Amino acid sequence: MVPISYYIILSAILFTIGVVGVLIRRNALIIFMSIELMLNAANLAFVAFGSVLKSFSGQIFVFFVIAVAAAEVAVGLALIVEIFKSKRSIDVDQMSSLKG
Amino acid sequence: MFFAEPTQSGFFFLAPWLEFAPVIGLLINLIFGRRFNEITVGTVASLASGAAFIVAVLLAWSVAANHGEVVRWYLAEWIHIGDLQLDWTFRVDSLSTTMMLVVSGVGTLIHIYAIGYMHEDVRFKGDTGRYPRFFVFLNLFIAAMMILVSGDSYMMLFVGWEGVGLCSFLLIGFWYELDTLGQSSWANSNAAKKAFIVNRIGDFGFLIAAFIMFWNFRSFQFDQVFAAAETVAPGVILAITLFMLVGVAGKSAQIPLYVWLPDAMAGPTPVSALIHAATMVTAGVYLIARSAPLYILVPQAQYIVAMTGAVTALFAATIAVGQYDIKKVLAYSTISQLGFMVAAVGMGAFVAGMFHLVTHAFFKALLFLSAGSVILGLERGHHHAEHSHHTEKPNRGRKAKREEHHGEARTEHVEAFDPNDMRNMGGLRRTMPTTFWLYMIGTLALAGLPPFAGFWSKDEILADAFTEGFTAVYWLLTIAAFFTAFYMGRQIWLVFFGEPRHEAAAHAEESPKVITVPLIVLAVLSVIGGALNLPGVHTFAEWLEHTIEVHAGEFVWSVAIISTILALLGIWISWLIYGRNPLKVGQPDPLKERLRPAFTGMENKWYVDELYQAIIVTPFVKLSQFLADVIDWKFWHDWFHETVIVGTYNWVSNIALNRYADQRGIDAFANGLAGVTQWLSATMRKIQNGFVRSYALSVLLGVVLIVGYLILK
Amino acid sequence: MTLDLIFFLVLSLIAIATALGMLLSRNAIYSALFLVLNFVTVAVFYLLLGAPFIAMAQITVYAGAIMVLFLFVIMLLGAESLPKANVLPWQKPLAGFLAIALAVEATFLFITRARPIGDILAPADTVNMMDSLREMGMLLFNQYLLPFEVTSILLLVAMVGAIVLVRKEKRV
Repeated sequence: MVPISYYIILSAILFTIGVVGVLIRRNALIIFMSIELMLNAANLAFVAFGSVLKSFSGQIFVFFVIAVAAAEVAVGLALIVEIFKSKRSIDVDQMSSLKG
Repeated sequence: MFFAEPTQSGFFFLAPWLEFAPVIGLLINLIFGRRFNEITVGTVASLASGAAFIVAVLLAWSVAANHGEVVRWYLAEWIHIGDLQLDWTFRVDSLSTTMMLVVSGVGTLIHIYAIGYMHEDVRFKGDTGRYPRFFVFLNLFIAAMMILVSGDSYMMLFVGWEGVGLCSFLLIGFWYELDTLGQSSWANSNAAKKAFIVNRIGDFGFLIAAFIMFWNFRSFQFDQVFAAAETVAPGVILAITLFMLVGVAGKSAQIPLYVWLPDAMAGPTPVSALIHAATMVTAGVYLIARSAPLYILVPQAQYIVAMTGAVTALFAATIAVGQYDIKKVLAYSTISQLGFMVAAVGMGAFVAGMFHLVTHAFFKALLFLSAGSVILGLERGHHHAEHSHHTEKPNRGRKAKREEHHGEARTEHVEAFDPNDMRNMGGLRRTMPTTFWLYMIGTLALAGLPPFAGFWSKDEILADAFTEGFTAVYWLLTIAAFFTAFYMGRQIWLVFFGEPRHEAAAHAEESPKVITVPLIVLAVLSVIGGALNLPGVHTFAEWLEHTIEVHAGEFVWSVAIISTILALLGIWISWLIYGRNPLKVGQPDPLKERLRPAFTGMENKWYVDELYQAIIVTPFVKLSQFLADVIDWKFWHDWFHETVIVGTYNWVSNIALNRYADQRGIDAFANGLAGVTQWLSATMRKIQNGFVRSYALSVLLGVVLIVGYLILK
Repeated sequence: MTLDLIFFLVLSLIAIATALGMLLSRNAIYSALFLVLNFVTVAVFYLLLGAPFIAMAQITVYAGAIMVLFLFVIMLLGAESLPKANVLPWQKPLAGFLAIALAVEATFLFITRARPIGDILAPADTVNMMDSLREMGMLLFNQYLLPFEVTSILLLVAMVGAIVLVRKEKRV
């Protein structure tokens, strides 16, 4: 019997790693992947709770999250491609035109 | 609204028309005067004054019909504050109707005279547009004088008192930019100012008396004051009467406030006649007569009043001896005669005083107006002389010459010619006969020769002085009577006899009828006026008895004979000096060598004006200058204003507020605020570095903080 | 130490290791592949938790489609590696610190505040879960129909968006 909290802790750790990835890496694609990791961690938490509570709602939710994540990735990558076309680079540090 | 107590028979309801008639006259002339021709203006004014006279006649008749009962006719409410209840009420009794008759009667005659006089005067002075103004002022004077004599309380009297003072100022300074010679000068306006200011000093005394009266009696109304007079300490009454004497001295030209009257001769002659001979100056005498119940209570005040009058009479008479100006002689004569009147009412001889007031009005007006006729004659003669010099035309008929002159404007006279100076006259009885005879009648009346009016009234005063035991007064007045006869005789010889001492006198002409006819009326009155109060008959005394407590004077033969002899003596001595050897051109006055220091004194009015100038006027002017320059300008303005107030203000606004509060305080704060904001924004701007990573970091920071807060909660 | 626990620990280790590998790789391809591994691990977790459908969906969609897409783009853009960074030097330490702080906070929260709500099902109980699929289908099309439809529209929009974004500008 694995206590639920273990899963949650694992989820937290994965999430944190994802956050660090967003913050530290300069490659836009890596950042994007880190975001996916974060989503994944959240999904894990959902399913864990759904399992404990013996409800399918968690799984349904994860289903939707995955669908949305897919859509988001599609659009996001298209954007990154566009940015690459103009900037010739996907280093986010170079996309700082909005500085004040 | 009105009441006549106790009976209603008579014309008392006409009383306000005493006022309104002259006011309407003056308003018509004021508004439309410019469009009327001169005759119309004069006629309107004379009709207004005449209407007042008719009302006065009717009122007098009504009083007589009511057996002399006092009627108080209420017109309007004036001031009702607390204890002070003043109404505009007309007091119609025998005393006030007497004054009304004199004022309006003589006034109307003078109005008619003035039509002719001013017609020539404005042409000699060269300003015909000023003609209507004269009549406006004259009517205003009649209105004010009517208020004075018909007032039922001391305050109403004072309103008229002040009003006639104002009219005196306006009329004396009628030719305000000229002097008597017609040259541009301050002289006339100075004379007007002098009259007003000296009168004001008198008014001050009157006001003090009025204040004391109100303080003690809580009323100004005559009946109430007289009724309450006996209930207070005699010291109060003494104070009131003595302060009133100050007012009388101012208005009726007694010592020490007579100095304005000779200067007032700067006004046109009708003014001198009306205001400064017949009516305004007698207001003081009227005041004392009206206040008889007060004066009777304080014999000490009576004595002072009587002595003031007597001394003034003698003093002025001596000055009149040494004057060369024909009007100045008459002015000092007026002061002297007013002294007689004041002495009379001071002694308690109210009948004698009022009687002399009436007769004096007749013959003094006659004398002044005749003097005016003489002056005009000289002016005409002067113009003819100039004219014949300039144009060398042959002598034409008198009528033609006069018509010629009426159209001319004033020409520049080469020499300054004083038409008033008796030394320029002489021999006028040939060229101006009517005026000469009228003047003679006036002179004889003034000198006090029987059977003229002046004899009866003056003699009654002397008789009363004698019988009442006012010995000093009697002797002073008798000597003054002698001098009166002397200087009037001197005047007659100088003006009408001998040879003309100036070509103006040689060419003088008689005055037109509009001038001489009123004079004739006055002359008749001067002759028969004595009938008012003949000894034994005492009509006037009975008439006045209804109002004041009087007793008829007795006729003392010795007094009468002495005064007549003195009058004849005076005329005879003057003939010896002036008539037998008429004065020649350039010859100094014969009395000069004989009474050298005395005559110089008389000639120079005993230096009273110079004394006043030195003691009062000059220090006052110096004080004003000191106050103005040092106190006001240097101290108040320069130091207090500039240094203290303005300096402080400047310091406060510039240093304190501007530099410290505003610049270093508020500006620093505001600028500092801006600076801080700038620094803050400059610093904060660095957060927007455009790097997504740092933005994400801030999001994470926020999340950590919030979760931390939730944990700690 | 039951078998579940050991299994769980091993799997979690792998998950964390792959996540870290994704994070720390210099080469983007390596990162993507690490992430694929991570997804697969998480799929196994799903199986353990009795969500077979989700596990399969995870592998199919996430690992199969999304990560392939990622790899396509990485190779398209030639973005395997990037030059060295020389801006924001303070970023990394601060980020690390904050992340650890977050982790600590989260752990703390879960340990101290979480009420015991039960244990996970044993894996043995998850074998016969064919019914679960039907159950899920019923749930999806009855209760969650609206989100389902909206999601389909969302996917449509995403598709259109992606196409529009990469379209060449027409010169008119």
